Amino acid sequence: MSIKIALVGNPNSGKTTLFNALTGSNQYVGNWPGVTVEKKEGKIKWNKEVILTDLPGVYSLSPYTPEEIVARNYLVDEHPSAIINIVDGTNLERNLYLTTQLLDFGIPMVIAINFMDVVRKRGIKINLGKLSRELGCKVVEISALKGDGIEDVAKEAIRISKGEATFRRNIFSSQVEKALEDIQDLIKKGYIEENELRWLSVKLFERDEEILSHLDLNEKTKSQIEAVIKRAEMELDDDSDGIIISERYDYVTSIVDKKMPGKEKMSVSDKIDRIVTNRWLAIPIFALIMFSVYFIAIGSVGAWITDFMNDTLFGEWIVPGITSLLEGWGIQDWLVGLIADGAIGGVGAVLGFVPQMLILFLLLSLLEDCGYMSRIAFIMDRVFRRFGLSGKSFIPMLIASGCGVPGIMASRTIEQQNDRKITIMTTGFIPCSAKMPIVGFVASQIFGGGVRGALVATGAYFIGIGAVICSGIILKKFKAFAGNPSPFVMELPEYHVPAPKNVFKSTFDRGWSFIKRAGTVILLASVLIWIGQNVSIESTSTEIVIDAETGEAVESGHAHAIFGELQEKLDNDGKPVIDEETGEVVMEAPIIDYKPAEHKGIHFIEEGCTSKSVLEMIGEGLSIVFKPLGFGDSWESSVATILGLVAKEEVVGALGSMAEGGINGASEEFFEGSWLKGISFLIFNLLCAPCFAAIGAIKNEMNSRKWTWATLGYMTGLAYAISLITYQFGRLFSRGEFGFFTVIAIILFVAFFYLLLKPAKFSLVNLFKKLFKKESKA
Amino acid sequence: MTLKDARVGDTVKVVRVEGEGPIKRRIMDLGITKGVEIYVRKVAPLGDPFELTVRGYELSVRKEDAKMVSVEKIS
Ligand SMILES: Nc1nc2c(ncn2[C@@H]2O[C@H](COP(=O)(O)OP(=O)(O)OP(=O)(O)O)[C@@H](O)[C@H]2O)c(=O)[nH]1
Ligand SMILES: [Mg+2]
Repeated sequence: MSIKIALVGNPNSGKTTLFNALTGSNQYVGNWPGVTVEKKEGKIKWNKEVILTDLPGVYSLSPYTPEEIVARNYLVDEHPSAIINIVDGTNLERNLYLTTQLLDFGIPMVIAINFMDVVRKRGIKINLGKLSRELGCKVVEISALKGDGIEDVAKEAIRISKGEATFRRNIFSSQVEKALEDIQDLIKKGYIEENELRWLSVKLFERDEEILSHLDLNEKTKSQIEAVIKRAEMELDDDSDGIIISERYDYVTSIVDKKMPGKEKMSVSDKIDRIVTNRWLAIPIFALIMFSVYFIAIGSVGAWITDFMNDTLFGEWIVPGITSLLEGWGIQDWLVGLIADGAIGGVGAVLGFVPQMLILFLLLSLLEDCGYMSRIAFIMDRVFRRFGLSGKSFIPMLIASGCGVPGIMASRTIEQQNDRKITIMTTGFIPCSAKMPIVGFVASQIFGGGVRGALVATGAYFIGIGAVICSGIILKKFKAFAGNPSPFVMELPEYHVPAPKNVFKSTFDRGWSFIKRAGTVILLASVLIWIGQNVSIESTSTEIVIDAETGEAVESGHAHAIFGELQEKLDNDGKPVIDEETGEVVMEAPIIDYKPAEHKGIHFIEEGCTSKSVLEMIGEGLSIVFKPLGFGDSWESSVATILGLVAKEEVVGALGSMAEGGINGASEEFFEGSWLKGISFLIFNLLCAPCFAAIGAIKNEMNSRKWTWATLGYMTGLAYAISLITYQFGRLFSRGEFGFFTVIAIILFVAFFYLLLKPAKFSLVNLFKKLFKKESKA
Repeated sequence: MTLKDARVGDTVKVVRVEGEGPIKRRIMDLGITKGVEIYVRKVAPLGDPFELTVRGYELSVRKEDAKMVSVEKIS
């Protein structure tokens, strides 16, 4: 029989760290609250009988936030055999407040005081004996990060899971305890188990709607309970849930020795925060830090390695090496092309960016783990809040910088429905790891890396954030999204030296999933692209016109039948080749009335043929759409953009397999090295509809077909508008080119600012009405 | 007075948390209960959150929510 053990504790108390250490799994750990949003299960490494459940962090077990509901329902419905209550040792009071709620469940429990390494360093004294005696359960000191004491906790949990809960539960004032007993007497008659009585009575006392509806008590009992509550409220002069909370905290204060050293003085964290979260300096500092990150990852160090990989490793060694190897084995030309140019060219183009990506993520996870990113969330909170959005919206965005899918899922912690919708709609704007190669390609190939490249890359990041903020402002003005910001209290975790283990693991995880995708989805897509590019359904051939009198070729076409001897003859201007010494005819003059064969139906394109490939035909159709954005001038970049739906890496992968000189040639071949086209391409691909996986996540979270389409439409529409504005304005200002689309761009630009600056309480219907009125007047 | 009227550097003592429903519950769950001392670390103008030290940790609370907390100044 298996034993179920639940990990419960405050957000950011180290539950997932402990979970990973005990189960050997790889769940996401981050130094800000609210990382885990769903429960995760795993088996303990050294005892497969034991199933550990990592629950989302909660401050309390009220029924108001999604995390709290998940945690609470788990404890009630699944009834685990034991609880490990993780307590942040640097923050005893608030953490033990939750502990007092857990005691009510009557489930055997062990308390793990975590962060002991920090506690000892700061010289905080924790009186374990007193805690253990007071609460009536075992208290163990651990450091989840260092791995100290973690086995002891697990063993203790397993041990107690077999017995009954033994701890103390009556912690309230006599008035409240009396009221609870009265309530218990009132509901006891029914079917309720002894174990659950305590918890139910507390919840009923708090007038917890969920529990009340769950229990279906008769009206008489309900009014009797109400009378009990009213009496206690009168006596204690507060409402019932206020009483419970206050008394829990009072109890906790009484059992914790209040000798927190250095409480009020400025800690190092405070001093850093003074500067880093300063109203004026915060954003410039953030921009500077991001710029340095991108400069190292994309502009310099990362670029050197990527250049080496693209130019030398793939360009000079692997592709030519494999080509000659395969040719040496006598493998057919088309297969060699498929493998070397198609598959390796495409996958290589993506893999070439792995070093840049790894460095980027190494740096980002350093920032994340030391606590800086939660400051950014804090700063962004201010910005977001000013526009009526919840600051919690930023956390999904932080996560989305790794991958949009968990980012979109993290929006679940936002209580307010409308804010949630907006967050889901905009999280995909943040450049995720799969978009990194696009950024890397534009920054290092088109812009030549260095400071310029780093500026482009940093710009891409801020365009993502900008798109989120602007969307927030605009969408909030529509009726469907209006509403007050959700109540939100956020804590700033202390800075700490990043743990190499976390940093390397999260970097490695991201890198690995990237490489895995390159080996599967990208490989497949690259092969398909190569086939699409080398297959035609109709070969158009030019007739060869040869002057009948002189025998000279007037126009030598490229009919695909021209091979071998005939080609050589034409090369000699259609004259017979004569050995000068002997006067013998070495080669006859060409046949004059030669008619090239025509090819219809699906067939491989042969060398020297002008036929259009299937891919080109599709691409040309698509590129009409992208012409106004500049990069549509080459059909290849349009194809690449569309393939981004499969996976965003494939944008670069596709360019790599289509370009003759591999990814290095792509910037000249498809973009003519134009910065403007590059930027427009980058913006569109950053902001447009995300990959299928993320679309799936959007659909899941929105739980509505209509809203999913609205999201995709909004993202793609915005991407198109911003790219169009950028490209057309760029052309106008740099070359003075003015055309139909310049006008469209100006209109869009004005409309965008109108929506941005227009006062709130705005409805689309009214806008249409207004427009209509104006028109009918005119 | 309410917490909203507190100044940077003030230490105040909570007299009562007004209001009801989820917001009140949330504020109290985080440790702002009757009798607790709050140190105001930072207040920024224009709707920015209040940064407080409560029960040995740092917390940021919206101005609007701070209005719900009645306090008395102690230093
Ligand atoms: N110094 C130190 N840091 C720790 C310890 N345990 C966890 N951490 C760090 O605390 C941060 C939060 O850890 P998580 O495991 O993500 O916390 P969590 O409880 O799962 O958080 P939520 O999922 O948000 O509820 C990470 O940066 C960890 O590296 C510890 O014992 N000592
Ligand atoms: Mg977690």
